[in-house]
Amino acid sequence: MVRNPLDRRSFLRIAGSSLSIGALYSAFAPLAHGASGAILTRTLAELNGEAPGAFSFIQLSDTHVGFNGPPDPLGTSAFENAVATINRLKRRPELVIVTGDLTHDADSPDEHAKRYRLFKEIAARIGGAQVKVVPGENDAALDGGVMFREFMGPTYYSFDHRGVHFVALDNVSSGKPAVGAAQLAWMKADLARFPTSAPIIVYTHRPLFDLKPEWEWFTSDGDQVLTALAPYENVTILYGHIHRQNFHQRGTTKMYAARSLIFAFPDPETASAKRPAQFDKDHPFQNLGLRRVTGGAGGGELRIEDVELSMNQYSGTVGMDQILKHGKGDSVDE
Amino acid sequence: MNSEHKCTRIALALALVGAAMTTGSGSGWSPRRVAAAEPPQVIEIKAKKYEFSPSQITLKKGAPVVLRLSSEDRSHGFFVKPLGVDADIKPGQVTDVPITPDATGEYVVICDHYCGLGHGNMKMTLTVVQ
Repeated sequence: MVRNPLDRRSFLRIAGSSLSIGALYSAFAPLAHGASGAILTRTLAELNGEAPGAFSFIQLSDTHVGFNGPPDPLGTSAFENAVATINRLKRRPELVIVTGDLTHDADSPDEHAKRYRLFKEIAARIGGAQVKVVPGENDAALDGGVMFREFMGPTYYSFDHRGVHFVALDNVSSGKPAVGAAQLAWMKADLARFPTSAPIIVYTHRPLFDLKPEWEWFTSDGDQVLTALAPYENVTILYGHIHRQNFHQRGTTKMYAARSLIFAFPDPETASAKRPAQFDKDHPFQNLGLRRVTGGAGGGELRIEDVELSMNQYSGTVGMDQILKHGKGDSVDE
Repeated sequence: MNSEHKCTRIALALALVGAAMTTGSGSGWSPRRVAAAEPPQVIEIKAKKYEFSPSQITLKKGAPVVLRLSSEDRSHGFFVKPLGVDADIKPGQVTDVPITPDATGEYVVICDHYCGLGHGNMKMTLTVVQ
């Protein structure tokens, strides 16, 4: 691990600018100013060939292609609607990250393969953005990830984008909610070349902390992953699986779950059982990762309808924060 | 604590009992009293898509038991976090999980080895009474 004495706050600020589809993030780097920022910029450029730069990306999750209610009889409608909404964004995201359960599990491999093909067909409609995925248990837990690798590529990997290091983790394909020793060792080796202040975004399917173990909302060796990430000061973890928003922080590591694009699960703090939310034909996308955004066409303030403000109101802009109440700079032309 | 740790704890307890048996004269313990100790109750639990049978068991706090797990079809999991149990159930094998519950309560046991479309509903209840 490369040690770097620089103040982490000077390295990268990543702020959510709106939540219109899943979660839209803007990453930008005010670190170009000042001597310390210049050192970091140069360090990261040397490490991964690219200095930090501004960009935005979107997280989608749990599209469950092939699922067709109840509780959601609309199948891929929310996913297709999300894709159309992405394509209408004035400021286009450079990445779309899908955090697992791309497909809904099927009894026959042939049917499951059809669902993968349909996922790829819909995802291919996203214009101008790289689509990055990790598997969910519906995709990869029964066959050890064989079909996922055939259609989508490796189940875990890393890459750099504009000075941010992205790490995709697979915590499903062993069948159990686990990352496993081999992948953990790979991750440690992958991160070793970076200074502790490098901006790192990890994305995976299940939560890496014990959110609700009796609902299988955990990763058995998630503690080891978080311990390995702990020395790094600018780590954001994105995940899905729980079909609802959630925020959790351990040390400086921030963890966010995105809504699904099929149906919502209840609040684990108050619900006695994990039952999907009822489908409301008058509000078919309620609780899903799709939100209508109006206004802001001239770059002004956005109005976001049907946002569950009570769940996520964060302050601060260091690290990655989803700011749901109001965002600036992105709009949807409708 | 996982089941291996439970086993270790029980093995340690047996070793201490053995030590008490060999050095127990005059200490209040006698070989006769130790030998009279009841062997742990064995409770058989069968797993199949997507249920455990029985779906509910009741244990006594402080009373050692062995949960004898088997599968009728494919791999399943037997996971109950508060009791430190995380066992695999593989077809054709019997998995013994010795536990001595130390707190009363009602615990949800889940299958944590993905087993198919109904996996999310595969669970049972383990109740510990005084």
